[in-house]
Amino acid sequence: MTVASFSALAVVTAAVLYLLALSLHALEWAMARHVEVSTASVATGTKGGVAVLDKPSDTAVRPEKADMYGRMGFSLTILAAAVNVAGIVARGIAAHRAPWGNMYEFITTAAVVVAVLYVLGVWKWHLRWLGLPVTLLGAVLNGLAATVFYVAVAPLVPALHSVWFMIHILAAIISGAAFSIGGVAAILYLVVARAERRGTVKGYLAMLPGSDGIDRISYRVLAFAFPLWTFTIAAGAIWAEYAWGRYWGWDPKETWSLVAWVVFAGYLHARATAGWRGTRAAWLAILGFALFWWNFIGVNLVFAGLHSYAGI
Amino acid sequence: MAHEDAQEDTVRGADDTDRLDEAVPPDGSVQPEPEVDEDGLTADDPGIAGSRTRRPAAEVAPPGGFVGSLKFAWAVLTSMRTAIILLLLLAVAAIPGGILPQRPVNPFAVTTWLANHTKTGPFLDKIGMFDAYHTPWFSSIYLLLFVSLVGCIVPRTSVYLRALRAPAAAPPRPVSRMSGAVSYAASAPSEELLTRAQLAMRKRRYRVRRVGDVVCAERGYTRELGNLTFHVALLGVLMAVGYGSLLGHSGSAVVVEGQGFSNTLTQYDDISAGAAFNGQLDPFSVKLDAFHVAYETGPVQRGAAREFKADVTVTTPSGTRADSIEVNKPLSIGSSQVNLVGHGYAAVVTVRDGNGNVAYTGPVVFQPLDSNLKSVGAINVPDARPQRLGLQGYFLPTASVGQMGPVSLFPEALSPELFLTAWAGPPKAETGQPQSVFTLDTTGMTQLTQNGDLLRLKLAPGDSYVLPDGLGLVTFDGWKRWVKLQVSSTPGMGAILAFVLLAVAGMAVSLSVKPRRAWIMVSGGEAWSAGADRVDGRSGVGDEISAVAAELGLEKPPPGP
Repeated sequence: MTVASFSALAVVTAAVLYLLALSLHALEWAMARHVEVSTASVATGTKGGVAVLDKPSDTAVRPEKADMYGRMGFSLTILAAAVNVAGIVARGIAAHRAPWGNMYEFITTAAVVVAVLYVLGVWKWHLRWLGLPVTLLGAVLNGLAATVFYVAVAPLVPALHSVWFMIHILAAIISGAAFSIGGVAAILYLVVARAERRGTVKGYLAMLPGSDGIDRISYRVLAFAFPLWTFTIAAGAIWAEYAWGRYWGWDPKETWSLVAWVVFAGYLHARATAGWRGTRAAWLAILGFALFWWNFIGVNLVFAGLHSYAGI
Repeated sequence: MAHEDAQEDTVRGADDTDRLDEAVPPDGSVQPEPEVDEDGLTADDPGIAGSRTRRPAAEVAPPGGFVGSLKFAWAVLTSMRTAIILLLLLAVAAIPGGILPQRPVNPFAVTTWLANHTKTGPFLDKIGMFDAYHTPWFSSIYLLLFVSLVGCIVPRTSVYLRALRAPAAAPPRPVSRMSGAVSYAASAPSEELLTRAQLAMRKRRYRVRRVGDVVCAERGYTRELGNLTFHVALLGVLMAVGYGSLLGHSGSAVVVEGQGFSNTLTQYDDISAGAAFNGQLDPFSVKLDAFHVAYETGPVQRGAAREFKADVTVTTPSGTRADSIEVNKPLSIGSSQVNLVGHGYAAVVTVRDGNGNVAYTGPVVFQPLDSNLKSVGAINVPDARPQRLGLQGYFLPTASVGQMGPVSLFPEALSPELFLTAWAGPPKAETGQPQSVFTLDTTGMTQLTQNGDLLRLKLAPGDSYVLPDGLGLVTFDGWKRWVKLQVSSTPGMGAILAFVLLAVAGMAVSLSVKPRRAWIMVSGGEAWSAGADRVDGRSGVGDEISAVAAELGLEKPPPGP
């Protein structure tokens, strides 16, 4: 087996492992379906959820089985992430360069960063409740990579021969991963906030932190990603000045990056404005998350721009 | 916009309690419904969050009179809601230019698009959709945004300067009665505890002061500084970009191997310059000695470029030197930057006319159409006699004839061929009108035929072809590479970069610093603590106070009922 084929196999394996982890987390949700409104969610309710954020659900009724499946899912996620990392490292070794030169490499690395941020989050902020959406992301990203975006290992085109190749793309990958986590947390926020408004917080929702807690996690991740995304765009502009002789040329990729940036700026402002914080702000976060991936996948496949490399 | 904090928006409806200012108990447990707004941040609160006393626009009735209307318009424009709407509008307005082809980027694509959409095209063109970022509607959105930004920065800066000078905030009510207050049994004499509490908070980089038997502590002043820095830097970016585009220029020229380019306006194939560009160009010339290209020949990504390198001789007033230009290694000469932005093939041809004279000889630049460098071009021979001649068609570096006609199979010139059609017509007076170099203007000319079929020439290097009716002889002598050099100057680039870095730094500070207030009261053998996280989305003051209490040896309260 060559290093390159090991890498490809590892990515497929990682996708399957994420899928298994996803199933376990789905079981976790299912096992919790009988949980009634817990003390924690009553207390968090619509406000005052400040405390639950960092140490969630200690007081919630946590059915043992759900918890077991959750822990199994998390263990499998760690394994999946490790295999995913191995795949990317092998890819870099096979290509003799940083493995971020095309869509396949970008998307697999983004999946790893999502998983790593999540594992760190579980360790530091008890974020295991994000297991279901995170494993879904891992399975979808690696699955898409293996099926749609796969390209064989190859050297870089001259346009990518630059130190900015590492800086710009790695920053984009990390911001994209963080936007994704913030985005799925915003979706969960909408679900939980709606249940809270209707007084129907039960089942697994009752085991989540209250809507305030989810909102806060979503915000923290996005507040980390936004400066990094700004840096990504700035680094891209510096690189563009070297490579193309202009720092900004309204290339489709540049344009959509700016659109996503502006939407996230809108999100940060919305959080601080009466009438906008909460639901509307969450929708903006989701929109920004969607725009990031549209900018990555849609723009590359639909428009011919300067950011198209290696066919896909 | 510099309105990032929740407190800043002074609208507080009944359902819009400012949850951020709720005091958090140190043990992080959930309290029953906390009292709303107990820290009572008011308009003149010297807190970190700026306080804009202006009322929300929606609730202000427009006062009468011209000045009143102006004030009203200003209030509307600088409100946070308007800022959000403008941001979203900017995002929406940027989209058409991200979908439709744009003239400054790709004029050819615009022409094609217009030709394919005869119904919607003219209307979209009229409203500037093909140069969307230079339209009045796009400019007006970002200009309004920046006006709104200024309207926000100015008052917030003065609020911030006042806040900087203010001492740590006193508790809005006795600490023991604040929501989330925790009580302890005092472990030492009051004075000693209070002194140690002060030291402990100072060590944690709080601003500390003593008010009676309460230690007031506050931190996180750099958050608003970062916030203001970010927004001011954004203004700086806009101004530096504007300055650069007013005074800068960018032009390009195609240079064939062996030929040179000297940096004068007449040598540019195209140029765009700012309104205040003074026409002063750095005096230099660049001669293209050779252009090296390498393509992938392996099975993966066959035909992808692997190397572009232009060997050049640069002549400046201070002398001549050999240098090279690569994609990511532009040449810097004075305030100009020379980038390698394109390349292709030029066919070297000689055309003899019907009289046997050489009517044209030299390289003809062909424009690449696809990644295998199938290229299109035209050979215009106006001086041929008795008939002037014109040829147009394709240059194929690795030629093959498929079902769809001639194609190129590989970008390297492995088996180059020219496929041409020929035209002839009576001599024409020079009109001086510009013509495309890649297509032939065939007005007044007829296409040559042979045996009733349209004449098609297929030439390999060294081949010659005798045109029918004694019109002349075409020889394909060989090929050369050409590069497209872009020469640009952007004054103020350093300033743009500095402002962008400042903006990123400011943003990182404003999004990561956690402003907090904490109070510790010791009185009569008892101690209380309370604290508040002062911005949206941040927590942890409770943990910090618990840690301080532990340092002071204060006993944690028994779990209450």
